[in-house]
Amino acid sequence: MITHPKTEELAESVALWIEQIRPSLDPRNAFLARVAANAMATIRRELTDGPAAEARATTAMAGVLGHDGDFAALNAELCDRIRAGELTVETPGLLAALRVMAMDQLAIDQPSYKHEV
Amino acid sequence: MEVDVRQGLSQLAVRLGGEGAAVADAQRLSGGASMETWAFALTGPGGREDLILRRRSAPFDEETARSVSLRTEAALIQATAANGAKVPIVRHVCDDADGLGEAYVMRRVAGETLGKKIVSDPRFDAIRPALARQCGEALVPIHRTALPAGVSLKTADAAADLDRYEEVYRATGAQRPVLELAFQYLRKRIPEPVEPVLLHGDFRNGNIMFDPETGVAAVLDWELAHLGDPAEDMGWICTNSWRFGRPDRPVGGFGDYADLLAGYAAAGGKPIELSRVRFWQMLGSLRWGVMCLTMYLSWASGVEKSVERPMIGRRVSETEADLVVLLEQGL
Repeated sequence: MITHPKTEELAESVALWIEQIRPSLDPRNAFLARVAANAMATIRRELTDGPAAEARATTAMAGVLGHDGDFAALNAELCDRIRAGELTVETPGLLAALRVMAMDQLAIDQPSYKHEV
Repeated sequence: MEVDVRQGLSQLAVRLGGEGAAVADAQRLSGGASMETWAFALTGPGGREDLILRRRSAPFDEETARSVSLRTEAALIQATAANGAKVPIVRHVCDDADGLGEAYVMRRVAGETLGKKIVSDPRFDAIRPALARQCGEALVPIHRTALPAGVSLKTADAAADLDRYEEVYRATGAQRPVLELAFQYLRKRIPEPVEPVLLHGDFRNGNIMFDPETGVAAVLDWELAHLGDPAEDMGWICTNSWRFGRPDRPVGGFGDYADLLAGYAAAGGKPIELSRVRFWQMLGSLRWGVMCLTMYLSWASGVEKSVERPMIGRRVSETEADLVVLLEQGL
């Protein structure tokens, strides 16, 4: 991929521009502009942190399911087996794997969110 | 049909305030995706009156909708007010002659609704420790209100809610293992049914007007009112998505479970067990997760075009993080 600039830097530049013009907007559009800037920040985090998060999720799911596969296939199988009642909160390693996946995704979507304690 | 709200308010001014009355300072307040809220003042010979217009901005079908009509909402506010609940004063329910669509007008209540401010603004430091108890007290007259004549509401229970949310979740096509596990887990732990009562249905930090001196001033936003388990209203205000960065204070980010429950019992409410509230709290996180998915879909299908919608879709992961912790703790 081209590095001058990197894709995540393009996203960051758009987010900065939105922040620059935000004070000149009416309240409704200022609110939506903040949402838009947050969207750009999420895109930037997904570009930089997403691949490692997906790799961790794939490893975690493979551990629970007992075989390798790609993210989408493992995720689908995990959902099916939980729905079927084959995997439950009692299943060794399931909650630990789900924790890794949920916290990584939260760090991309909303790093400032303070989850349940 | 596009409605010119400012024009409509000008016509309404004469109807509400008489000859010579005018509208000043009309402004749409941010927040609310299918509902518009406008602040405005009525000025005229009688002085100034600060009012709020609440109107629906998206098409509405009462048969299929989860929310109630604004006419019903106004009727419920009036009925609970008569029963001693802290709610706004309904000033006018709009009809066709007003040209504002489905809408009503209420008196503006002073105070703060922004959840973040309630949990962190120093102005609320003194009153904050009293708020959880007050929220418990505030629910009692609501839960005791009999339905006004001509109003019928849907009845919810945990099993039916789980069915409905799961159906919606399946329809989205999303595959989220944490949500799958939460559905399975909650289904096995549904509490014994109780006699349904009137519920606010969206009782959370953000929908309550708080006064920095006196605390709970008014319970707002009644569109999700229905009949059901009183613990549902308590669980929802304890759902972490409405704690605004203070997960250590389970009631709305400002208080403790014990105070909420004690306030409810002290005001004459039938005592509710914490385990029951925790069940509904967890169901609340699941409900919000599914709602976030549907808000994304309303954008993906082209019904809504605001950038707000897909970003709310990315809030599913906050509910997954909360649900994982609740699953670890166990109910």
